Amino acid sequence: MLASPRASERSPDLPWPLPLLRFLPLLLQPILTLIGTQVAKAQPDVFARLGPHAQKSFVIDPTDLPFVLVLKPRPEAPALSAWRRGNAPHSHARIAGSFLNLFDLIDGALDGDALFFSRKLRVTGDTEAVVALRNALDDVDGGVVESITRAFGPLSGVASATVSHLRTLGGRGKNHE
Amino acid sequence: MNDHAAPRRPELVCPAGTPASLRTAVDAGADAVYCGLQNATNARNFPGLNFTPDELRRSVDYAHTRRAKVLLAVNTFPPAGQFQLWKDAIGIAASVGADAIIVADIGVACYAAREYPQLRLHLSVQAGASSPEAIRFYCEEFDVRRVVLPRILTVAEIADIHRQIPCEIEAFVFGNIGMMAEGRCSLTNYVTGVSTNMDGVCSPAAAVRYDEEADGTLTTRLGSFVIDRYGCGENGGYPTICKGRYSCAAQPEPYYAFEEPRSLNLSALLPDLMRAGVTALKIEGRQRSRAYVKSVVAAFRRAVDDIMAGRQAALTDLIALTEGHKETQGAFQSKSWR
Repeated sequence: MLASPRASERSPDLPWPLPLLRFLPLLLQPILTLIGTQVAKAQPDVFARLGPHAQKSFVIDPTDLPFVLVLKPRPEAPALSAWRRGNAPHSHARIAGSFLNLFDLIDGALDGDALFFSRKLRVTGDTEAVVALRNALDDVDGGVVESITRAFGPLSGVASATVSHLRTLGGRGKNHE
Repeated sequence: MNDHAAPRRPELVCPAGTPASLRTAVDAGADAVYCGLQNATNARNFPGLNFTPDELRRSVDYAHTRRAKVLLAVNTFPPAGQFQLWKDAIGIAASVGADAIIVADIGVACYAAREYPQLRLHLSVQAGASSPEAIRFYCEEFDVRRVVLPRILTVAEIADIHRQIPCEIEAFVFGNIGMMAEGRCSLTNYVTGVSTNMDGVCSPAAAVRYDEEADGTLTTRLGSFVIDRYGCGENGGYPTICKGRYSCAAQPEPYYAFEEPRSLNLSALLPDLMRAGVTALKIEGRQRSRAYVKSVVAAFRRAVDDIMAGRQAALTDLIALTEGHKETQGAFQSKSWR
């Protein structure tokens, strides 16, 4: 299991109001639960690719946001939860990078090895579990983000527009700083 | 080599670690895609990677519908008493309609040639066949139709071999490149107990560990060995022993004992390779993502098409996808390469 994140990652310099920062994980949780359930339903092959690593837990750390995500990709009950940075439970592996890089990596729009070579992606802990997760997500046709936006049902159009806006802001397909 | 000879249209052979990657490669312009099963019968036996027999069957259908071929890599060496797994892999390749199998072991080649004479055989780079004599042996004994040449030959040497062998030549043009004799490297085995050549994995992820310190220094370990220590912001590479940076009494600073982290890129040599008689251009990277496959395959598709049309090849900048953000032409340009 991993140690806590580096001290420098606990307090990114972002102008997040303290009350929002405190309650953001709580506010995000219903959406994250929906995402986990939808991806599991739409992409069952992901768990087969993960094999024994589906029983592990992963911290996904968007270093420019004030929270981290904890992924437990259990086939029977996948769980995705948000935690205030520094409060996340110990996990088997940690994957850290900017939000947009992680976003495009998970969606298959960026190459993980290239990000790693450029030091814009940091991996610590169980490397084998991270490799399995990366390969499993990369086999999702159309990308995981498309599966996620579908989870919003009648609001999927709004979700897609939000994703497009995010990508426009960050420059889609580029290796984001 | 005759510089004025017309280039031959080569087959673009592209990697796929997953069914989605295979579809990406085909859609990006691959003439053929190579892949492996989810076991030790192929040299990219990584967690979460490769194909089940059913995925392979569906992928072959997808490729054939779009006039692309699928080559199955069965290119590791069976340990004593475990040959059945390799026999099964060849049987699967035949049953799903794979266009060829890529083999390295002579026992596997012999079995395939005897039991499945209709199945086209390619000789893997893992066989390390680098002389006309060795290649002719495989052709004569097992009816091998294509050899994937080790990455230790100059273009002039490839042209010379081409004149002396009865089979096609496939040459790597992009991707990971190691210094070790292919199919014979035991460095991973020495450090981890897992064999690159028999278990199909170089630097198994289970033995790799990354530790980043507060100042941004990244330490890469394979087993109990430190492979490299990258300074804050310094580009990194794969955690392979052959690309490691080591300290020793004879060197004042840590140094790359074998080779620096860098990738092969022969895009500038494509016309020469095509004139040298290379039938197929191979892109390395079954362990890489769909994003890599899409970018690299599309770039080489455009380059080959430009050359065949008599245009100056438009060579897309692929440096962002290379190991350590460095490229080399390796031994293809000159034997002075380390």
